[in-house]
Amino acid sequence: MTVVGGTARIDARFAALKKEGRAALVTFVTAGDPSPEASAEILRALPEAGADVIELGMAFTDPMADGPAIQRANLRALASGITLKKTLAMVATFREHDTETPVILMGYFNPIHAYGVEPFLEDAKIAGVDGLIIVDVPPEEDDVLCLPTMASGLSFVRLATPTTDDQRLPQVLANTSGFLYYVSMAGITGVGSVDASAVDAQVKRFRASTDLPIAVGFGIRTPEQAEAIAGVADAAVVGSALIDAIAEAAPGGTAKVVEAAKTVTANLAAGVRRAERTDKIIRNQL
Amino acid sequence: MGLADKPNTFRGGPDADGHYGDFGGRFVAETLMPLILELEQEYEKAKADPEFQAEIEHLNTHYIGRPSPLYFAERLTKHFGGAKIYFKRDELNHTGAHKINNCIGQILLAVRMGRTRIIAETGAGQHGVATATVAALFGLPCTIYMGEVDIARQQPNVFRMKLLGAEVRSVTSGSKTLKDAMNEALRDWVTNVDDTFYIIGTVAGPHPYPAMVREFQSVIGREARGQMMEAEGRAPDSLVACIGGGSNAMGLFHEFLDDDAIDIYGVEAAGHGIETGEHAASLTAGRPGVLHGNRTYLLQDDDGQIAEAHSISAGLDYPGIGPEHSWLHDMGRVNYVSITDSEALDAFQLCAKMEGIIPALEPSHALAYVAKLAPKQSSDHILLMNLCGRGDKDIFTVADALGVKI
Repeated sequence: MTVVGGTARIDARFAALKKEGRAALVTFVTAGDPSPEASAEILRALPEAGADVIELGMAFTDPMADGPAIQRANLRALASGITLKKTLAMVATFREHDTETPVILMGYFNPIHAYGVEPFLEDAKIAGVDGLIIVDVPPEEDDVLCLPTMASGLSFVRLATPTTDDQRLPQVLANTSGFLYYVSMAGITGVGSVDASAVDAQVKRFRASTDLPIAVGFGIRTPEQAEAIAGVADAAVVGSALIDAIAEAAPGGTAKVVEAAKTVTANLAAGVRRAERTDKIIRNQL
Repeated sequence: MGLADKPNTFRGGPDADGHYGDFGGRFVAETLMPLILELEQEYEKAKADPEFQAEIEHLNTHYIGRPSPLYFAERLTKHFGGAKIYFKRDELNHTGAHKINNCIGQILLAVRMGRTRIIAETGAGQHGVATATVAALFGLPCTIYMGEVDIARQQPNVFRMKLLGAEVRSVTSGSKTLKDAMNEALRDWVTNVDDTFYIIGTVAGPHPYPAMVREFQSVIGREARGQMMEAEGRAPDSLVACIGGGSNAMGLFHEFLDDDAIDIYGVEAAGHGIETGEHAASLTAGRPGVLHGNRTYLLQDDDGQIAEAHSISAGLDYPGIGPEHSWLHDMGRVNYVSITDSEALDAFQLCAKMEGIIPALEPSHALAYVAKLAPKQSSDHILLMNLCGRGDKDIFTVADALGVKI
């Protein structure tokens, strides 16, 4: 079997899910949190527990768009000795066992800037990374990272927010692939709750302008919230709830941490799968 | 950088996207993009509006007390035995530093834009006090983010902000200093996009902040040129200013950037010494990177993690620098040098005893460099230093450093 990476792997996963008639569960964890060993095991356990797409956070000292839970995860990871090189190595190890689950690296530009954009893209591709979500590189700065990423065959997943109006939307959609990540509220991660009906309206607005799958994140913590979002969007992204569970279990050691991550993921996956029928009905109506 | 790359003017930047060569730009989350685009539009409109300019002028004169004097420091001139030393006395402004120049401009813009809530970050507390002051003047609620470490070493300014009606929020994340206060202010802004105006205190952050803050601070250099013409009949030969983010320096330098004959010196904080790694000298010892909305020189490790800065002066204790300074550094137009904590402490005491002026620890760094530069010059060399803040806020820090209990 030919292994396809990059944007192709993301597209294949969303196409398969579309056939199944259900939305994706996207899980976010920070690489190296709480330790490189535990983090590698969590990564391996996530697809088994029901994660369809993995967002892997690249630790950074100054995560400006994140709330306290993910800030602490970043600092735990850095304290455990994580680097960008080790993060890529973690993905390469993951790929020895899983060639189908898309892995998107998420974080801030400076660690990549320090690594060098071209060497980073080359190493990321070899490691089996499929895309990037870089919070602090908007369309206005496409030249520095987005365009080289797209040219390398990896996805540059763009964030749309409640402040992204119709005038701005075409710019956000201009150079992107994989999926569109809708940030459900103006704010930081891990604070507040998602409003599924408001999200529904926004997703419909985006669908009129793009064929890309639409993932929704920020404010999704419970299986019920995941279910509600999976009913109106193509993917539900969960980060802080998973990070909180990892942080809580961390003192108990690696086995406990992995167990906790699996349990949270399995419950969220069940929520997403319950939404299947609703999602089909909505799609048929469209 | 070759001679061919030398621009016709050093005063033309930034370009339409906020870039100064490779530096600057708009590296912010998508949520903030529409806000900074709107800010840029409104700022451009205001800049062209004579009424807006008249409002600034009025407050500069009657509220801040501008123009600030140009002062010939005769005893220090004799003491150093070289260049003729002038101080631009921005420490005599209302609130005791240059920071108010910028805050007046931004609060007027906030009011024009219909914003009803003000936020700001602060290090030494000077920008926090200036922001709280203008928020009080215009009757707007105000929240100041300040690192826990800075709160401990700048108690007088914390109390001042509270007296002025501001809420001071202690920032306990990261290194608990200025960079973390800026992170926290950005988190607040991204959460309260509808009603909040973020008054950034220095020539850093996403475009248009570096250009806008420079413009509001440029009053320093414009006044200084006129005053120097009156005093000496000509422009100065060299300029010296301290640099944290670099707003007082940009405010003085910008007016003179195209006067080729003028030597310009920006003084960074060398903390315990560059070689110790405990300093805040981004240009001297940092590398280009991206933080807080702009590409600029940063103190960072090989993995791109931001390093903690150190300086005895809380106002210089920042691991980055305004992007225009990074550009001027790479172009070779401005000389960036550094001064240690102990050199600054010596200059602080010298200025108090020789001139009867207690300077802030920030411009004490500039003065410590003047002490090195002035003796090498002839007596007809005119040196202009920006005395950008007064030192009342620093007396506890200085007493502590000198082992004195007060």
